[in-house]
Amino acid sequence: MSEKMLGPLLDRELIQDTIATALSNGGQWAEVFVEDRQSASAEYDEGRVEAMTSSRDLGAGIRVTVGEATGFAHTADLTSTGLRTAALAAAAAAHGGSQTQPIALRGDGVGQSRVAILPSTVSKAHKVELLRETDAAAREVDELITQVTVRYSEGRRRILVANSDGVFNGDDQTRTLLSVNCVASGDQGLQTGRETIGYTVGFELFDEHDIEAMARRAAARAITKLGARPAPSGQLPVVIQRGGGGVLFHEACGHGLEADLVDKGASVFRGRVGELVASPTVTLVDDGTMGVEWGTVGIDDEGCPSQRNVLIENGVLTDYMWDHMRSRSAGRDLSGNGRRQSYQHLPMVRMTNTFVMNGETDPDDIISDTETGVYVAQLGGGQVNTATGDFVFGMTEAYLIENGQITEPLRESNLIGNGPDVLQNIEVIGNDFAMGSPGTCGKDGQGVPVGDGQPTLRVAALTIGGTAS
Amino acid sequence: MTKKLELPDLVQELLAAARENEQFEVCVSRSHSTTVKAYLGQVESIRSGASHAVGVRIVVDGRQGFATAGSLDPHVLKEVVDEARENLEFAEHDPHQGIAHPDGVVPPGLDLTDNSVLQLTEEKRAAVAIELEQRCLSADTRISGVRSSAWSDGWGEFALASTSGIAVHSEGGSCSVGVQPLAMESNETQIGYAGDASRRPDGLDLDRVVSEAVESATGMLGATKPLSEKVTVIFEPSVASAFLGTVAGALTGDRVIKGRSPFAERLGEQIAAPKLTLVDDPTNIESLGADNHDGEGLAARRNVIIDSGTLSQFLHNSYTGRRVGANSTGSAIRGPRSTPSVGLHALSLLPGAKSREELFRSIDNGVFIRGVNGLHSGVNPVSGDFSVGAYGQRIRNGVLGEPFREATIASTLQKMLFDVIEIGGDFEFLPNGTGMASIAIADVALSGI
Repeated sequence: MSEKMLGPLLDRELIQDTIATALSNGGQWAEVFVEDRQSASAEYDEGRVEAMTSSRDLGAGIRVTVGEATGFAHTADLTSTGLRTAALAAAAAAHGGSQTQPIALRGDGVGQSRVAILPSTVSKAHKVELLRETDAAAREVDELITQVTVRYSEGRRRILVANSDGVFNGDDQTRTLLSVNCVASGDQGLQTGRETIGYTVGFELFDEHDIEAMARRAAARAITKLGARPAPSGQLPVVIQRGGGGVLFHEACGHGLEADLVDKGASVFRGRVGELVASPTVTLVDDGTMGVEWGTVGIDDEGCPSQRNVLIENGVLTDYMWDHMRSRSAGRDLSGNGRRQSYQHLPMVRMTNTFVMNGETDPDDIISDTETGVYVAQLGGGQVNTATGDFVFGMTEAYLIENGQITEPLRESNLIGNGPDVLQNIEVIGNDFAMGSPGTCGKDGQGVPVGDGQPTLRVAALTIGGTAS
Repeated sequence: MTKKLELPDLVQELLAAARENEQFEVCVSRSHSTTVKAYLGQVESIRSGASHAVGVRIVVDGRQGFATAGSLDPHVLKEVVDEARENLEFAEHDPHQGIAHPDGVVPPGLDLTDNSVLQLTEEKRAAVAIELEQRCLSADTRISGVRSSAWSDGWGEFALASTSGIAVHSEGGSCSVGVQPLAMESNETQIGYAGDASRRPDGLDLDRVVSEAVESATGMLGATKPLSEKVTVIFEPSVASAFLGTVAGALTGDRVIKGRSPFAERLGEQIAAPKLTLVDDPTNIESLGADNHDGEGLAARRNVIIDSGTLSQFLHNSYTGRRVGANSTGSAIRGPRSTPSVGLHALSLLPGAKSREELFRSIDNGVFIRGVNGLHSGVNPVSGDFSVGAYGQRIRNGVLGEPFREATIASTLQKMLFDVIEIGGDFEFLPNGTGMASIAIADVALSGI
């Protein structure tokens, strides 16, 4: 058997027995989630390999539900005794229903790896060489680059999901990432520039992307910011470069469209399906099937095949995103958005790759039509209060727009806006769609990999949190 | 019945795998935790489980290899040792690299092993989570729901041993609650939050959690976007914790030796207003960050970082200490899953004398900041640029006024430290282990309309 084609993580009989045990206390539905995660990383700092790290995690999470109540227990002991103990612990927490007879498992429980080169088959020496080349490319840009950190990471996550509805599906997910952080030192102090390339692929990542060009972009970003002036304080039109600001939509409305938050009244989009919630130019999609993007999966962590879901179409709210619990109580189909950080966590509604589709305008025209404003080339992370829709995100590369021209670079600052307002205030959308950098979305303490993207677009007004009056 | 695996024995067994030329350090942990969430007066979910972890660090000739796994199975432990050994082949020589050596400092001898969380029952956990939710719902007619009401507790055990003769073992428990009520009025919804944490279930102050959570949601109803202007801000203790945590993070050895701190060249200089004294003190048992040892097994100790505005020392682990010719300050942070970094155990601020109301009284036009967001994206700890989302209440003519939201506050870390004009006497230990008070900072840019 080759490394790429492995059998199910646990055999069918053991899974079936575990589901039966989990239901034995009056459970109505039970699920076994098995995960085997192997990862490795290397950091290159101050011109040398600082640490190579390998990590291995294998375990199972068992979930039992009765009505709206859930019992969950996780274990790293995958023997029949270990699984039985966890199944009984989960069962004890969800009891008192009329016991269900589980449906026989369908499917083969096997997920096939979709990558060309499993990173674990590549020598560590080769990986070290890659780090060295990236570091050198960044340092060559300018002698003002005083510090370079390059980080490589690879992760292979094999999962198996089985439940009492007969689901028995597996997936084999490999992600590979390289990031570079540069510090430039000038008269006015230090500035930083960062670039990341990461996809749901194996080591072929480095055949398909120019890593040295990425390193030069990060270095140039730090150098540019050395001459940056303080960002303005107050409301201005904001143009966001393609691929630089998908996180805006992730925060501004993505989280508010997660059915668990909607259900608990913690979303400003509750009860608004069918309404015009955005400018009619906006079509927002969450798509877990999208090529090799960072948020792509074969199945979600509840065993549902990933799919493409249109959330907002021409400004009209069409649907929320769903997991098992919410779709069952709403009596509707799953959407492939039930995800979890690891076997130790309960799944919940999560995004995959979230993006705004192309408009019709030439991006150059969007800039030249902007009298005064801010041009954001790269956004950092963001955060949203889903109850109010207020969100913030950091501008890691931004410029002033004066008389329709991009002029001076701006120092880092946050932008703040309100999701529903921003969606209405999108004035124009370009025809130059691009996906952005890989991201990790945090919710209730769990991180999962997500992608985002958008064409160049302009928001009529956002508050820029700078210090210049 | 097999004999329970004793972690101090296990690390010594693993240490026997060390070869003659190897500095070898092994660290293992074992924990279990339970979280109960309530919704609409019922148990919504109970999650429990055990976690095991091992981390092996081997240094040969200044080259470090590390491997980790989430299991204590014998065959996994062997794999981890082999992987760590293989990894070091690819690391490069660093003359300062190495494990910690005993430094003679005596640990504080804190008794942190209160086992009252081990006596908890499922009924007790569920009862508290439900009580919190129900009390929030009935506390104010504007509370329309509760997004989440949760109880968590856990017990953890940690052992570390190395070929330099370090051998430490610790265990202890903790529990926490958190609740997020929703307040609604004329079609506007606000979400609040409050929580508490303690080593003992009876150390949790539920009355305070309920009143703070409800107040934090209802207090923001009717909030509007403020005008953009330069103002004096008062950070409530949890916001002061986030701000000073970022500052102190820039005073840790790894950031300093790599030139990634705006304060790297400022040792011994005035970097803050004389009112400001910051210590990291894990020897104070009042803090949930208290510990007898750091992440390399050296004794925990009280470190004064900023003394009346003067940068008195940087924090170090054994590696960063060696890099600058200093000793470790006992500031290694790590679990078995990572190599030791440098960080804060129990950051604490020396409080002032004035009550929060007295702080307000001294301000004609300012803002009281109840919460910030976007800290991870809006603060660049290398350049010192500071810009975060903020919400709270106006301060006008010395008293609290109307709420505001959808605003940012901005300055630089360097400038804000000098602009500290008052530190409150409202000192408290927060659930995150820091000991904080309100602080007033002048000349901060508030951005809104």
